[in-house]
Amino acid sequence: MTTETTKKFNIDTVEHAAKTPDTELPWAELGLKQNEFDEIVKVLGRRPTGAELAMYSVMWSEHCSYKSSKNHLRQFGEKVTEEMKKDMLVGIGENAGVTNLGDGWAVTFKIESHNSPSFVEPYQGAATGIGGIVRDIISMGARPVAVMDPLRFGAIDHPDTARVMHGAVAGIGGYGNCLGLPNIGGEMVFDSVYQGNPLVNALAVGVMRHEDIRLANASGKGNKVVLFGARTGGDGIGGASVLASESFDDTKPSKRPAVQVGDPFAEKVLIECCLELFKGSLVEGIQDLGAAGISCATSELASNGDGGMEVELTSVLLRDPTLTPGEILMSESQERMMAVVTPENIEAFEAVMDKWAVEYSWLGEVTDTGRLIITWEGEVIVDVDPRTVAHDGPVYDRPFARPEWQDSVQANSFTGSVEDAGRPSAPSELAAAVTELVASPNMCSKSWITNQYDRYVGGNTAMAFPDDAGVVRVDEETGLGVALATDANGRYTYLEPYQGAQLALAEAYRNVATSGAVPMAVSDCLNFGSPEDPDVMWQLAEAIRGLSDACMELGIPVTGGNVSLYNQTGTTPIHPSPVVAVLGKLDDVARRTPSGWREDGQAIYLLGTTAAELDGSEWSNLRGHLGGLPPKVNLAAERELGEILINASRDGMVDAAHDLSEGGLAAALVESSLRYGVGARIALEELMERDGVDLFTALFSESQARAIVSVPRSEEVRFKDMCTARGFAHLRIGVVDAAGEKLEINGVDELSLEALKEAHEATLPKYFG
Amino acid sequence: MTSIPLIGEAVAVAADASGARKLAGAKIGVVTFPGTLDDRDAARAVRLAGGTPVPLWHADSELGDVDAVIIPGGFSYGDYLRAGAISRFAPLMAEIVKAANSEAKLPVLGICNGFQILTESHLLPGSMIKNDHLKFICRDQVLRVENANTAWTLDYQEGQEITVPLKNQDGQYIADEKTLDALEAEGRVVFRYVGFNPNGSRRDIAGISNAAGNVVGLMPHPEHAVEAGFGPESLDGTGGLDTDGLGFFTSVLTKIVGGSK
Repeated sequence: MTTETTKKFNIDTVEHAAKTPDTELPWAELGLKQNEFDEIVKVLGRRPTGAELAMYSVMWSEHCSYKSSKNHLRQFGEKVTEEMKKDMLVGIGENAGVTNLGDGWAVTFKIESHNSPSFVEPYQGAATGIGGIVRDIISMGARPVAVMDPLRFGAIDHPDTARVMHGAVAGIGGYGNCLGLPNIGGEMVFDSVYQGNPLVNALAVGVMRHEDIRLANASGKGNKVVLFGARTGGDGIGGASVLASESFDDTKPSKRPAVQVGDPFAEKVLIECCLELFKGSLVEGIQDLGAAGISCATSELASNGDGGMEVELTSVLLRDPTLTPGEILMSESQERMMAVVTPENIEAFEAVMDKWAVEYSWLGEVTDTGRLIITWEGEVIVDVDPRTVAHDGPVYDRPFARPEWQDSVQANSFTGSVEDAGRPSAPSELAAAVTELVASPNMCSKSWITNQYDRYVGGNTAMAFPDDAGVVRVDEETGLGVALATDANGRYTYLEPYQGAQLALAEAYRNVATSGAVPMAVSDCLNFGSPEDPDVMWQLAEAIRGLSDACMELGIPVTGGNVSLYNQTGTTPIHPSPVVAVLGKLDDVARRTPSGWREDGQAIYLLGTTAAELDGSEWSNLRGHLGGLPPKVNLAAERELGEILINASRDGMVDAAHDLSEGGLAAALVESSLRYGVGARIALEELMERDGVDLFTALFSESQARAIVSVPRSEEVRFKDMCTARGFAHLRIGVVDAAGEKLEINGVDELSLEALKEAHEATLPKYFG
Repeated sequence: MTSIPLIGEAVAVAADASGARKLAGAKIGVVTFPGTLDDRDAARAVRLAGGTPVPLWHADSELGDVDAVIIPGGFSYGDYLRAGAISRFAPLMAEIVKAANSEAKLPVLGICNGFQILTESHLLPGSMIKNDHLKFICRDQVLRVENANTAWTLDYQEGQEITVPLKNQDGQYIADEKTLDALEAEGRVVFRYVGFNPNGSRRDIAGISNAAGNVVGLMPHPEHAVEAGFGPESLDGTGGLDTDGLGFFTSVLTKIVGGSK
């Protein structure tokens, strides 16, 4: 029976499926393995209908089910102390974790990947990456307040890099700017390992009052289920979930056109509309539609609530009337949300929709049957236990083993290698080396990118790129705010995954502390190659073990994140790239510490000690070398350094602070000088003597747990006393010199700020116009 | 500590108690369209200047008792069709056009998308097209105040240079030569870009006014330069005092409370 408004299909009903057990189904084309299909048949006690198959195939994909990583990811939940849980209001498993900020405020943040779509169609891929992560934040009941974008592209001079770079940056800007969310930072790395697999990660942060926290669950029998926002179209069918679950390979039919298309205006309206719904307490549960669309939203809402839901699929508003039930269930059309509303709130809910001119349709209601039932004109096409779709997907213990090549890579140190021949030592050579470093693709100014992003909107941005962390005010009365930084080093992680992941965390932690904020929580985006390759699986397992151990040691919990696998071209994976985001809290953002010095005569101190650690460094990268062991991790020192920086900020003992990471002291000195165009005079003899290193090593080593600070004269004694009391290495290495307009380092030819600036800023425009 | 201004320092206009009371009594409407982004920022700017912001909704058909109106920046209706082209048909816009052209000459300020809406509504001449370099641009922009007699520039000096953020995709101001000549001759070019023209605007024009000087539109964002710690100085260190934009809002309050300067 059909009405004239709906179309005729040969609907594969549950009843029909039960009668036709031998019907061939396209499970392999949908990405399922034989054992997984067999499991579905076992769970259902019959063959799945076409619609059920569609749901299981997307929900059991790597992207949605975490089937290869789940066994390892557990450590993030297990290696947690009571102390670490104290401020965690919502942990892993929801759309995004929520952390208590105090004064009744809560903050939620999460980082996600949109890698594969961004290679296929960079603009839309990157744009919808922002859109998706922002909807995760709204789903928690929060107002999104800022975004960040860690980016990794292929070689800067490869002809395809410009295509991806232009598209991704324009997409992030085009979408994010239109949402009114300041972009406060991110990363940019060029490396040929990312040529066919660029990494486009997106982070969003939102704030809310405690009472506004919302969870994705459908409770209360008889409550209504509503789908609102954009209409459902054919875009992204088998998109994010399938694309992100397979590596690009020419032997199979291409799934590449399946990239979603974003409409930032629709999303902006959706944000305001949702916030109004929350304000009026008009929804009981809410879930955004991302990967796996309606399949995901219905099964997650139902399984997290009272366990049952009935939905009539012909009620879904469509952009494309030819879509089949399976396609409607799998569509990844953007800017859609699903909510559960009590009958008495229906009228008020509709009034909010009408005010914002947002389309909506009532799909069905919550039941207590424990079944998710989806009908097509009343005929049952899905009848499943929603948990089996959303939570009980396959879990694999993928074999992993330390790669055979790992030892030889680690034995190949930069020092003494062919590439190390002619290491700079004369003053003119060192000056040329510093200039070459700060003009290099990974160390050059990112302003070509950040000038395409709105960092002002909202009026609460207290710090943004190029400072160490982005800082956003949360409470306009008290100045309470948050700081955020993301970091990863694929080269370090390639050399030693356990340590590499810890180094990413250490750097993000250090960046947040450098801004003056107290680190509180972690979100991670684990970008790796194929889990079916035991070498890659080992990298993943080691990185997760390293990261979870380090979180425990630093005392900050992982509150959410995302895993992106199959980032490889053929059999060549990317460098393992765990991108770690750390969120910190500032009681008053007025106390945030910028990365550049301004006041003449202030003393410049180097905190921490320097060893000969050049393996995996940016300098070795410039010389085309990758081998040896990454810098040593010392989390106790990171914690101590963090406390010094936080106290110094709070008590007004430092006016500028910049962490030392890629590019070492050389990069930090140049960046701190260029930040406000104020130079410095530096002498490193004492440091070289104390740490037993030469001038080149002092400048280019990437030893960890270090930072430079500028200290007002009046605070110098107090600052030194604090470092001494804490037993932390500190050394006065120079003085701010406002008049000189140059960076003077003893033993290095004079570097004029004008020439440094020119070199630093010319690189991206040279390649990208 | 140094002289770096702390965030949150009071920057509101100095006024005696009665003056402050009078200012607070001045109501400045801030219009929100679907897709407006900088409405809360504009409201904050009004508050920091000492006035009382009043939220206005595009679909309303009455302006109420506001003393002035700000149409803030953003991407109303996603800039679909053409920036501002759909918003100009909002019921509230008809009221704003009427009030701006009335004898009372309601002061109206259009910022960025608001400027685009004002040209689409024919309150101001000319139009904005895509930036000449075809990219979105966010930067701290130096402007020269060319006319300090409009409702929104009374508190500046003619020739004064100020730094405020600029952020747009479609910011290239164009008009035919005759119109441009007339604007220049009548002193209606209110702001000009200094040092760098960020979008290819004709004759470096950043903002203009109507003949009466009560309606002003500009592409840069003065409402993002009203608070120490959150303006150009803090984010980019290009100079200025973070609060160069506050004068827009104090100007209109001066105008409302005390008549013209």
